[in-house]
Amino acid sequence: MAKVKGAVTIDDARCKGCELCVVACPTDVLLLQPKEVNDRGYHFAFAANPDACIGCASCAMVCPDACIEVYRVVLPNS
Amino acid sequence: MTPEEIIKPENKVYARPRLLDDRNTHYCPGCSHGVVHRIIAELIDEMGLEDNTIGVAPVGCAVFAYNYIDVDWVEAAHGRAPAVATALHRLNPDRLVFTYQGDGDLAAIGTAETIHAANRGENIAIIFINNGIYGMTGGQMAPTTLLGMKTATTPYGRRADLNGYPLRITELLAPLDGTCYVTRQAVHTPAAVRKAKAAIKKAFQNALDGRGTSVVEIVSTCNSGWKMSPAKSNEWMAEHMFERYPLGDLKNI
Amino acid sequence: MKGNEAIAHAAIRYGVDGYFGYPITPQSEVLETLEDEQPWDTTGMVVLQAESEVAAINMVYGGASSGKAVMTSSSSPGVSLKQEGISYIAAAELPALIVNVMRGGPGLGTIQPSQADYFQATKGGGHGDYHLIVLSPATVQEMADFVGLGFDLAFKYRTPAMILADGIVGQMMEKVVLPPFRPRRTDAEIAAQCPWATTAKRGRGHRNIVTSLEMDSPKMEENNRRFQETYARIQENEVRFQEYYTEDAEYLMVAFGSVARICLKAIEDARAAGIKVGLLRPITLWPFPTKEIAALSRRVKGMLVVELNAGQMIEDVRLATEGRVPVYHFGRMGGMIPNPDEVLDALKKDFPEIK
Repeated sequence: MAKVKGAVTIDDARCKGCELCVVACPTDVLLLQPKEVNDRGYHFAFAANPDACIGCASCAMVCPDACIEVYRVVLPNS
Repeated sequence: MTPEEIIKPENKVYARPRLLDDRNTHYCPGCSHGVVHRIIAELIDEMGLEDNTIGVAPVGCAVFAYNYIDVDWVEAAHGRAPAVATALHRLNPDRLVFTYQGDGDLAAIGTAETIHAANRGENIAIIFINNGIYGMTGGQMAPTTLLGMKTATTPYGRRADLNGYPLRITELLAPLDGTCYVTRQAVHTPAAVRKAKAAIKKAFQNALDGRGTSVVEIVSTCNSGWKMSPAKSNEWMAEHMFERYPLGDLKNI
Repeated sequence: MKGNEAIAHAAIRYGVDGYFGYPITPQSEVLETLEDEQPWDTTGMVVLQAESEVAAINMVYGGASSGKAVMTSSSSPGVSLKQEGISYIAAAELPALIVNVMRGGPGLGTIQPSQADYFQATKGGGHGDYHLIVLSPATVQEMADFVGLGFDLAFKYRTPAMILADGIVGQMMEKVVLPPFRPRRTDAEIAAQCPWATTAKRGRGHRNIVTSLEMDSPKMEENNRRFQETYARIQENEVRFQEYYTEDAEYLMVAFGSVARICLKAIEDARAAGIKVGLLRPITLWPFPTKEIAALSRRVKGMLVVELNAGQMIEDVRLATEGRVPVYHFGRMGGMIPNPDEVLDALKKDFPEIK
């Protein structure tokens, strides 16, 4: 069975740290920055566990600020 | 593969919609408005309607919707969006005309305009954000506020004997002969977002096809007004709002 | 035909795109005539009976936003309901035509003629600093003519215009020459004439937004300055009035609408008795013929303002005269209409030196 690998980019400056993407992610890739904030004072989301990403775009679906872009590759069977 | 190897244009499966303005929204973190705006921007692009769409913005938190989605917009007086849309569509019948309204706008001050536009079967799509509260003015009771729910004007909780009952206006619109599609959706999970997007797409297509009025209610959160975190608001909505406002199609002909 | 019917026929012939109304006496013939004519089959004009005056004026707002020539008509209580929308239309700098066939108020009042909405029409009516261009017809012919004039001015200045008629002009029947038919504007003509219109982008490349909202106070003040500049240009260029027997007049009557015709009869009777009275009839109630009345106030001994109200236009007449001559008022209210003898008696009572 082909394996799917994904990755996300998050527009730090646009993120409002609402955490909905963190909740929506089925593979626990995302977290909010515990200390660091963006220019508007939000603890923005980041890929804390990027290897687990399957590129399902669940995070992007629920993001109210459209600050997540999603990439996906289907790896051939090894 | 490392993320750097995956993050290449040819692998992109989701991008910020082209028709979403570059500016940041004024909405609070986690606000459902942002998700619905995003869906609408995606659909207008996907359906090839950028040059053919006129949106009608409400009074309420979404008053600035016109700043965010890159199509022509008219900002209506409080509650009057269906009347504004009626004339826009009748005078420009080949355009997609949709309204974007909150619960105070659509179900309180604009009840007459909503019901009569739907009863005439105006070929418009009505996107109705129901978060059970007045967000813009600081969290006062809406017609859709649940019994017992605390707001700035029901500080001890909404009481039926004082404030009446939470209004299910979508149920009032479904039996009207002028409506062709009346549905209630939410955007709290990825699956719900996909369904809501399909519903809005159907509403837009109905309007273009001249099939009558379509109403898509989106049961939404107002985490600032509800005084909860965005994630907690979604949970609370699923637990309490859906009981009074169950999701699904009320009419689909 | 009736004045109300003349408005409907003139609207179709002018190439109006849409009419949105709600029945109310004494102007229902406007909507009735339009529905009877079925112009959607001929010119393509949209005619819609709305669920309320509030909805009707917001339909006008929506239609005007897309650059269309749209109008509504009503009578006093209904025009009160429209004030919210009128303020928005003015604030969004949209052209539109509103017809008020006035009846007696306040409140539900009476269905008989009145001129008691002068303040409402000329001083704004709704909230905020704005003006309407207010046209006052005295004949059925002017009811027809002012539809085109109202739209021409509304589009020229991007501001709403109002025909402020009284129930007499709306209901009375006179011969009228209707304007010739002209085609409604095409989408391309509208896009050229109204580059601001929300027609959908249509290859324009940028979005148009019609709104009256501006949260940034300096910008909102700038918007207001722009409105006031428009109003100043209108005051400079668009004052319209008619003078009768003013060349040698010792006394001046000022009256608008059908009352001016009653005054004219009184003046002719007075002149037959050797009393030199003239009449100034403002045709535009806003902009008001302030300069002309000021000039006359330097020549006459006094003025009598005759209105179907308790004294409204008299305030503008007094402002114009700046106290140079006495200005009196004679008014009937509640749907009562004075006859020429009453008007002449009022003049003699106010100016006892007249024999």
